[in-house]
Amino acid sequence: MTLQAEIISRQTKNELLRVEHLKTYYPLQKGLFSRPTGHIKAVDDVSLTLYKGETLGLVGESGCGKSTMGRSIIRLEQPNSGRILFEGEDITHMTVKKLNVVRTQLQMIFQDPFASLNPRIRICDALAEPLVVHKRVRRSEAAREVEALLQMVGLPRSTGERYPHELSGGQRQRIGIARAIALRPKLIICDEPLSALDVSIQAQMMNLLQDLQEELQFTYLFITHGMGAVKQMSTRIAVMYLGKIVELAPTQQLFRQPKHPYTQLLLRAVPSPDPTLRSANEYIHAGDMPSSGEPPQGCRFHTRCPYAQANCGVVEPALTEGEHAVSCHYPLA
Amino acid sequence: MMRRYIFRRLLISIPVFFGITIFSFLIMNMAPGNPVDMLINPNIPKEMLEIRKEMLGLNDPLYVQYVKWLSGLLKGELGYSYSSFASVSQMIGERIGPTLLLASTSLVLGVLLAIPIGVISAIKQNATLDYVLTGLAFLGTSIPPFFLGLGFIYIVGIQLGWLPTGGMTTLGGTGGIGDILVHLILPALVLGIAIAGKKVRYVRASMLEVLQQDYLRTARAKGISELVVLHKHALRNALIPIITIVGTEIPLLLGGSIIIEQIFQWPGIGQLTMEALLSRDYPTLMGLNIVAACIVLSTNLVMDILYAIVDPRMKYS
Amino acid sequence: MSVTKLSELSWRKEAPASEKKESSEQADYMIETYAGQLKRKFFKHKMAVWGCTTTLLLLIVGLLAPWLAPYQPNEVTAAFSAPPSLTNWLGTDQVGRDVLSRLLYGMRISLLIGILTVVMYVLFGSFIGMLAGYFGGWLDMLLMRMTDIFLSFPYMLVVLVIVSVLGADIFTIMFVLALFKWPTIALLVRSSVMSIKQTDYVRASITLGYSTSRILCIHILPNAAAPIIVNATFGIAGTILSEAGLSFLGMGIKSPQASLGNMLHDAQSLTVLTEQPWLWVPAGFVILLIVLSFNFVGDGLRDALDANA
Repeated sequence: MTLQAEIISRQTKNELLRVEHLKTYYPLQKGLFSRPTGHIKAVDDVSLTLYKGETLGLVGESGCGKSTMGRSIIRLEQPNSGRILFEGEDITHMTVKKLNVVRTQLQMIFQDPFASLNPRIRICDALAEPLVVHKRVRRSEAAREVEALLQMVGLPRSTGERYPHELSGGQRQRIGIARAIALRPKLIICDEPLSALDVSIQAQMMNLLQDLQEELQFTYLFITHGMGAVKQMSTRIAVMYLGKIVELAPTQQLFRQPKHPYTQLLLRAVPSPDPTLRSANEYIHAGDMPSSGEPPQGCRFHTRCPYAQANCGVVEPALTEGEHAVSCHYPLA
Repeated sequence: MMRRYIFRRLLISIPVFFGITIFSFLIMNMAPGNPVDMLINPNIPKEMLEIRKEMLGLNDPLYVQYVKWLSGLLKGELGYSYSSFASVSQMIGERIGPTLLLASTSLVLGVLLAIPIGVISAIKQNATLDYVLTGLAFLGTSIPPFFLGLGFIYIVGIQLGWLPTGGMTTLGGTGGIGDILVHLILPALVLGIAIAGKKVRYVRASMLEVLQQDYLRTARAKGISELVVLHKHALRNALIPIITIVGTEIPLLLGGSIIIEQIFQWPGIGQLTMEALLSRDYPTLMGLNIVAACIVLSTNLVMDILYAIVDPRMKYS
Repeated sequence: MSVTKLSELSWRKEAPASEKKESSEQADYMIETYAGQLKRKFFKHKMAVWGCTTTLLLLIVGLLAPWLAPYQPNEVTAAFSAPPSLTNWLGTDQVGRDVLSRLLYGMRISLLIGILTVVMYVLFGSFIGMLAGYFGGWLDMLLMRMTDIFLSFPYMLVVLVIVSVLGADIFTIMFVLALFKWPTIALLVRSSVMSIKQTDYVRASITLGYSTSRILCIHILPNAAAPIIVNATFGIAGTILSEAGLSFLGMGIKSPQASLGNMLHDAQSLTVLTEQPWLWVPAGFVILLIVLSFNFVGDGLRDALDANA
């Protein structure tokens, strides 16, 4: 047993979040007098489990449903079916009042730091708000706690007096992180927290997230489309394509030995310093991702898959069990 | 897609129509007095009145009265006037012609005033002329129409004696088209100015937007003369949204014509409204209200559908 | 506590680098405060400045009317229909009351009705618009059809009819004027709320477990305020105009109480119109002045608050 596998097997006892057969569809036409003509199947029957203290990376191209997945878990979108169990408690249909208590354990960091802060509220008030609302501190103590939060994310205390538009993207994202950790949640869903930032700041932000995790024992669901970031951050990685998870494996294994052709494609898309790898793109079927309104029959990837066989377009493969799960009729060796 | 949109739009108007009738019915019920008390000689004994009320269904529960009234309404019956005892629908039918004439003339006049003013001030953006013209437009929206009307009557009608100041035809005159037109000028001008004042802003903004488009720069670069550029390319595209805005002016015109018709003694439904108001003739008032609301409802419907046809970019939502 | 240890750690480890990098970056974002930007844009607009000054003056005059007016508004001071003189600067009306005093009191009433009516319908319309925009679904459908119903009646006509049914005291007039204006605010607020609802800071507020009323009042409404304020300013102008029209037709504020509209009512008689212009011309100009000033202020605000301008 590898060290990683051992860690994971020990963690099975420490299950934090379990998602079962989650489906989140968007109707294509909404209105009282018109029936929906179809659905965007943003998340289509996804099951996964998060263990305490780990970082599960969720990767895929834009539009594959990974953000919807994150939002559904925290109930920003109401799933159509399936179950979400947080610490063994079913939160799928929980009333808002009860849910708001659970949400203190379950936070989110958003993609666009320019949109995730209310432009009319000073930083210190934005950070104090969750603490005061959930009665974690008295109003008089809030200032001290805000200061501590600012320090934790590496910002000077004077930042508290500022308005969001006075800060840079990196500074704002630090505020977004500070706000998410203010309530000391157990699980933080990071919805592409790096993609709106400069490359130089991305590295700092990853370090910050990792330091915070080490110190405060957070569990992360790290949603991204960048293979580099996901490699650095995650203990395990789930690869998503057209609303489904196609491969799920510990990070090292996935990078060393991808089993799904789509994962292989993603890995090859990463710019590599090795010129011999670059030419490998040739045999990948070009073309865009099909619409998740009408996903292809059979295996959803068969329209772009270089190894597709006849039955790939007919029978949909199931995700295998085990540490290295894959849903492919002909997994790569 | 288009047929579906039109169908949906029609369907949505149905509850709105019923809402209008319910609202009007409730208001009418709040009005003091009832048809029997109003219509019948006060010397008739009380018992007779009760029988009469029973016959007319005035002792029925409110919703029964509403249903009866509504079924009459759908057949075009709006009840009878308290003061003249004439059929309300007939009275409205007789008076609506002059109002429609006045309203449509004002609308055309307003648009004809607004387009050149808006276009010129857009072309001369931020020049003195632009400020003067936009200032004038503001004056047009801010001046009380009755004040402007009185001013016109005083100066143009009485001091200068150029135009008649009231009525639709000269008393004892032949009442030809020329005569009506002469009487139409002042009231239509007052309403037209109010409309133009509001529209100048839209024309100017719309024109400014079009003037910044790339295809105009291309046209200029091809060496087409400025006048042709403006006429053939800019104006045509700027005017599409303006035409559709016209629909929103219908309620304003129907409401505004009350004051104007009163000042200029124009024999339309505005004046009928005033007569009914002064004699507390509630059936007539309600009839007017419902007819006006239905006109607004149907023009909005037509405008929305036209807009969908004219502007293919519109989303069917 | 370990928390402080960590913060010191991360502080030392990366703060200097990030500070350096980001403070140079920050310079680009440090433009000017939002309020400062608004002020600059607003005062660049000359007509807006003029409108603002006049509006303030009018409000002061309206407030101080009892002290500024030379006579009581209903006091018979001199001969009937006396032309302007040293004792009655704007003459007297048909029952010998001082026109200037009545003008000042009428202005007070007009401003009061204009402002209070708008406050009423803005509050109600914002509430409805917020509900419709935030919750959507059948509630939105229901509320929007309600606005459709109210917007289908021509404003002046329906206000006249309902005032005649309910009676023409000042509160009824304000109520009825507001009753048919709230839908415009509701539509405006609804569309702002619908777009603000999709922003990440509202999503963040939801995930932070804030109550719906807190999200609506603290995070959504203040960000939807700009168009409401502009619309409300134009609304004051429009309401004053409507009330004047109502009183002009004799269906609004009734004599002996002075109002700008009913002062013009008498000018429907030919003698007043042609031979006693002091009875109606000043009142007409005062209405024009008030409405024009509010419209200019509204235009200035619109330009200042419009992000694209």
